[in-house]
Amino acid sequence: MAKKSALLQGNEACAHGAIYAGCTFFGGYPITPSSEIAEVMSKLLPKVGGKFIQMEDEIGAMAAIIGASLCGHKVLDATSGPGMSLKQELMGYACIAEVPCVIVNVMRGGPSTGMPTGPSQSDVMQAKWGTHGDHAAIAVAPASCQEIFSETVRAFNLAETYRMPVQILVDEIIAHMREKIVFPEPGELEVVSRRKPEVGPDQYKPFDPSFGDVPPLAAMGSDYRFHVTGLNKAPDGFPTTKAELVDAEERRQIRKVNDHAAAIEKNEEYLMDDAEVAIVAFGISSRSARMAVDILRGEGVKAGLFRPITIWPFPEKRVAEIGRQVKAIVVPEMNLGQLIHAVERSTKGSCILDGVGRVDGEPLTPDQIMDKVKEVL
Amino acid sequence: MAERYEIRFSGAGGQGLITAGIILAEAASIVEGKNAVQSQSYGPEARGGASKSEVIISDAPIDYPKATQVNACLALTQEAADKYSVGIKPDGLLLLDSDLVKNIPQGDFKVYQFPIIRTAKEDIGREIVANVVALGAMVALTDIVSYEACEQAVLSRVPPAFKELNQKAYETGFKKMKELMK
Repeated sequence: MAKKSALLQGNEACAHGAIYAGCTFFGGYPITPSSEIAEVMSKLLPKVGGKFIQMEDEIGAMAAIIGASLCGHKVLDATSGPGMSLKQELMGYACIAEVPCVIVNVMRGGPSTGMPTGPSQSDVMQAKWGTHGDHAAIAVAPASCQEIFSETVRAFNLAETYRMPVQILVDEIIAHMREKIVFPEPGELEVVSRRKPEVGPDQYKPFDPSFGDVPPLAAMGSDYRFHVTGLNKAPDGFPTTKAELVDAEERRQIRKVNDHAAAIEKNEEYLMDDAEVAIVAFGISSRSARMAVDILRGEGVKAGLFRPITIWPFPEKRVAEIGRQVKAIVVPEMNLGQLIHAVERSTKGSCILDGVGRVDGEPLTPDQIMDKVKEVL
Repeated sequence: MAERYEIRFSGAGGQGLITAGIILAEAASIVEGKNAVQSQSYGPEARGGASKSEVIISDAPIDYPKATQVNACLALTQEAADKYSVGIKPDGLLLLDSDLVKNIPQGDFKVYQFPIIRTAKEDIGREIVANVVALGAMVALTDIVSYEACEQAVLSRVPPAFKELNQKAYETGFKKMKELMK
């Protein structure tokens, strides 16, 4: 039998992907241009026995998903830049308390209220460093409606595997455009759930490093009772200021991502084998870049595209290799220079590096990218 | 048809042009198995004033999802005709509502016109299906999807009670356009 397909908006595809991943709770506060995610989740969740709550604001929404996740649910929240800024305190809480959760940021112009209906890619650095303190970050950046579906599933898997918040970064254009989606059959995409405790309630410690860098997480409301705080804590979950315990947990929380960077990273390369100039782009800009690569190749320019699908952790190793292979790297992005910093940090001056940014609410065109490539070569 | 083909539906917010774009994209991608991307005016632009919906169709994967050079454009109001006929490629096509667009945009494109909204009102009996009349006409004009594929997409979108009305609107738009092209 042919698989089910439909013409869906990116935001709609995200909601369907969340349900596929096993999401049973959405806490949100609708905001343009992410609102369709909340709308579709409110229709889909009751059908799978899940709960949808529209909270009083974006902070409440983030608090709601943290609470629901600690009760054992797979959880989703969706917002845009202004909402993401409000959530940062609780993003940090989810990091230190090690709460699996998925947050979609449909990027629009900014800072502040910016341009609500205009696309942007200017929250790249916020996704990594938005909340204070040392912390690991995982963010994925799909570029098509089908990929929004599959990357939403993967974002849930990463959140559950590493017991931490995972962000999905999309822009207004791919969030609102419609493309055909082929719905994967159940079992076709991997679906991962968090590790459950292997010991009884009397022995359970929610942050016990003897079970590895990602300790098992019990569900509140079950027989397991445990303490959760935003303070640095001992393995039993209660606050501590003991130097060796604080140091160990801070380092463990960074290590759990850094040590598995290869498993978390996901990239797409297009015509990179013999490339003399690489375009490094994600999301909507990668679509313009791919068209630019095709046209440049037609003109005899050996151009290629490197597209990080996981943008945090950034694929530093591979980008460093590319920096040694090519004469130049061009980074087109709908901001005034963010991803380019990660590229620069990876390539360490081994090739010419230049960016092309656009912040007027229109996507970068293939022409703009080609002009920059010709300028640097 | 390996090349990308770009179609723009424009008019006033509320005329159903976004729906027309979605139906055409469904006909191309779901019914015919081609690649299609649909996008539209969003925000204040989409509420009244000039509004547009764009569909890109190709046999190859579609990278850049916005219009670059429009092959065929529909304009149901003067404002939309003035604003959105810009960007039609040389030798492109422009279909206008002859009652509502009095100043025909000048450019290197072929202009067709007939009273699209009046056709919906008088021939079909409901002005609300003007978008489906226009869709039928655009299918006839561009030949980018088959008559049957788009008819199937129209009928799968409307509730049973309105199937006959929409089928008639689609067929009428298609036939009027074919007569104009003779």
